[in-house]
Amino acid sequence: MGKARFKMDIGSTFFYKYRRFVKTLKIYLLLAGPGLIVMLADNDAGGITTYTVTGAKYGYGLIWFLLLLLPVAYIVQEMTVRLGAVTKRGHAEAIFDAFGSFWGWFSFLDLALVNWLTLVTEFIGMTAALAIFHIPPLVTVIVVSFVMMLMVLQGKYWTWEKIAILFAALNIIYIPAAFLVHPSVGEVLSIGLVPHFPGGFNGTLFFFLMANIGTTIAPWMIFFQQSAVVDKGMKEKDIPWGQMDTLIGSAFTVLVAIFLVVVTGTVLYGVEVESAAQAASILMTTNPWLGTCIAIGLFNAGFLGAICISLASSWAFGEVFGWAHSLNMKIHEAPWFYACYLFALVTAGGVVLIPHAPLVLITLFVQVIAVTLLPAALVFLILLLNNEEIMGKYRNTLLQNIAATVIVVAIIVLSTLYGITTLFPELLT
Amino acid sequence: MVTIETLIGHRMGSVLRGWSDKITEINRKYETPRIRMSRGVKIALLFLRIYLILLVILLGYKFWTLLS
Repeated sequence: MGKARFKMDIGSTFFYKYRRFVKTLKIYLLLAGPGLIVMLADNDAGGITTYTVTGAKYGYGLIWFLLLLLPVAYIVQEMTVRLGAVTKRGHAEAIFDAFGSFWGWFSFLDLALVNWLTLVTEFIGMTAALAIFHIPPLVTVIVVSFVMMLMVLQGKYWTWEKIAILFAALNIIYIPAAFLVHPSVGEVLSIGLVPHFPGGFNGTLFFFLMANIGTTIAPWMIFFQQSAVVDKGMKEKDIPWGQMDTLIGSAFTVLVAIFLVVVTGTVLYGVEVESAAQAASILMTTNPWLGTCIAIGLFNAGFLGAICISLASSWAFGEVFGWAHSLNMKIHEAPWFYACYLFALVTAGGVVLIPHAPLVLITLFVQVIAVTLLPAALVFLILLLNNEEIMGKYRNTLLQNIAATVIVVAIIVLSTLYGITTLFPELLT
Repeated sequence: MVTIETLIGHRMGSVLRGWSDKITEINRKYETPRIRMSRGVKIALLFLRIYLILLVILLGYKFWTLLS
């Protein structure tokens, strides 16, 4: 009798825990979105190229460094969740409101420029990836722009978000790709997880470290996630879910980066590679499945980056100019919002199609211009999160401030050095 | 009196005037920063100003060296 009762108790406890888990999962799936999307979109075309080249250059040697980027990405992006949920305002509007029109215009115009340039680089990545399958750039630009317009024109944030998550899920293609190359798990763990500087600390290694940090936190991510939190209608009570979403997203983005480094570190270690598209082309001749995976991943990364960046700009324009700006609105309700979105897509896609356009120069220029905006966006974020009048009980705690300040100072120093070395590469030699 | 409309045509002129009015309205709306200008905030904003000035000088220098 006692044993039977004991078994029943275990059974009911297990059932209760299972139901609680399912319920939690259902709520999470309902509220998941901005954090997951922004983090996976963080691995955009530029990010994929950075990780590909890092793996080819240093093998598994910098995996430990990528792991360090998980808390960096989480701590910065988590602040946007709280700020958006509490103020119900996007980052552009919050800067105007809190710091006045000078800093507002500076951030807004800089964001518009850097986002547009980054969008061009996403199109460069997408066209280069599909060129491997002999798809002309014109077709890529037209089809991508059409699909991206369709995604937003259906008139519901929720639907857009779920479609975006589906595309984001494709980002994990690098995980099965890593199994295709049969890496030595022992080597990955022993070389990758032990902090060291492969080949000694020198200018080139420093440049790679800076590039990896630069691709982890970009200005558009801060503006995008905060606006997405607002458009989704998240409230203060949803903050823990938003935090969980951001944490899961951060874990995925780092995981994807590590697996990509494992792929190129296994099959392209020591090969001079300059871009992910080039790596895919090389691999198409030796291992077509792997080359296809890299190319599809690059295209998807560019696509995901493009949908987030163009939306970040449209939201910012709407916030500043007071136009209706929500994915929950139809085209006739928010014409300027959709016009901005279309304008960004068409012009950025058009640049890629111009023969002999200075695409390499644009890619370099993005890194430099991003450096002018990132420190301001991060400093404003910390100042806003410390304002009791704005944030109330959701303001940063002492521990959060210490962590955020250390990370922000490190990002500012390293991204500035990255920008300067991009401008003056001779400094590294 | 010379107006924007007489210089670049009525249609374009009224569009530009509309934008100019909108920008003026935004500037008026956000004229006073909402955040309290404590010493910490002032230092942070001063740092950002100096940082941006230095970056602009560097960009200008790079542009000049490219041209020359």
